[in-house]
Amino acid sequence: MRSIFVAVCLLVVVPAGARADDYVLTLKDHLFTPTEIKVPANQRVMITVVNDDATPEEFDSAALKVEKVIAGKSKGVVRIGPLQPGRYPFIGEYHEATAKGVVIAE
Amino acid sequence: MLGALIIVFREVIEAGLIVGIVMAATRGVPGRGRWISIGVGGGVLGAGVVAMFAGVISEAFQGAGQELFNASVLGIAVIMLMWHNAWMARHGREIADEMRRVGTAVSEGAKPLTALAVVVGLAVLREGSEVVLFLYGIMASGTSGSALLIGGVLGIAGGAAFTGLTYLGLLAIPNRHIFSVTSWLIALLAAGMAAQAVQFLNSAGLVVALDRTLWDTSWLLSEKSIFGRLLHTLIGYIDRPTEMQLLVYVATLIAMFLLMRVARPSPRARIPAAAE
Repeated sequence: MRSIFVAVCLLVVVPAGARADDYVLTLKDHLFTPTEIKVPANQRVMITVVNDDATPEEFDSAALKVEKVIAGKSKGVVRIGPLQPGRYPFIGEYHEATAKGVVIAE
Repeated sequence: MLGALIIVFREVIEAGLIVGIVMAATRGVPGRGRWISIGVGGGVLGAGVVAMFAGVISEAFQGAGQELFNASVLGIAVIMLMWHNAWMARHGREIADEMRRVGTAVSEGAKPLTALAVVVGLAVLREGSEVVLFLYGIMASGTSGSALLIGGVLGIAGGAAFTGLTYLGLLAIPNRHIFSVTSWLIALLAAGMAAQAVQFLNSAGLVVALDRTLWDTSWLLSEKSIFGRLLHTLIGYIDRPTEMQLLVYVATLIAMFLLMRVARPSPRARIPAAAE
């Protein structure tokens, strides 16, 4: 059982490739900082979304094909790409009016 | 309040569509009310538990826990739907005959009901946990919470009403056709779920092959609009599918039909009411 667990962990870690620390999005008072985040096109990228609010948020983007719930006062890793050059909007689904931003692939 | 209503409503209708189809698909099967209630009840409880442990689930497996969890939930639902359709291919005719003759149900209903109760439970769990988290957020933030909360509750009520409408709409289909229609619906439902599951595996970093986007129809119908969401649940509409998603979608449909064909009793064996 433990070997399966380890195997799954390795599978998750190995192909991920990109470094999560390079891209960080912070959510505070239902606003993303930065609102625009530039990533290289045509490669997989990991973005760490830090939720500084006490309430949970769902990082949501049809363009990036991501739906991820991030609990209050915690962080989550979002894996995206490879992306064609372009603009990819995302929102915090629970606070759509304020929590929004764009990933720019170039 | 309206915003909260819409957010909750659109989560609830996704589960509601599935519950409505399952109810129609089990028409005439004894004990289905109880099984579906167990499914919904279990799903609501599960949603609470998942919401409570959202942080823990998210951080498991190097931050890919939530994706793996969602993929597993969808994967199990797909298997249960396949099992149900195979069972129906074998026994659907008997049930339809029986319904026509005596207006009551047959005795051998227990099998697909467990499978479908699981499907209902998982659908409610998945969408419900998002509703719970959202409502929790409202209550935690305090300010102007009550109006939002009323919106949320109205959203749940609206979603439940939508489930009823789906069911009643499907009931209008004559008995003769009901099982073939629901089998089709369930096949498309399963294919859509499988395509979603594979994208979660991609987000987890597990299945990264064939990840190019094939086309973009978001200008025509956004996957996030209410109608887009309905189609997303119902037939697996994705406005920007990857190659892998299309492949898995088609493969699931083919697997489903092969399974149903294999399960179908041969014309001769059918007459003496082949039980198992």
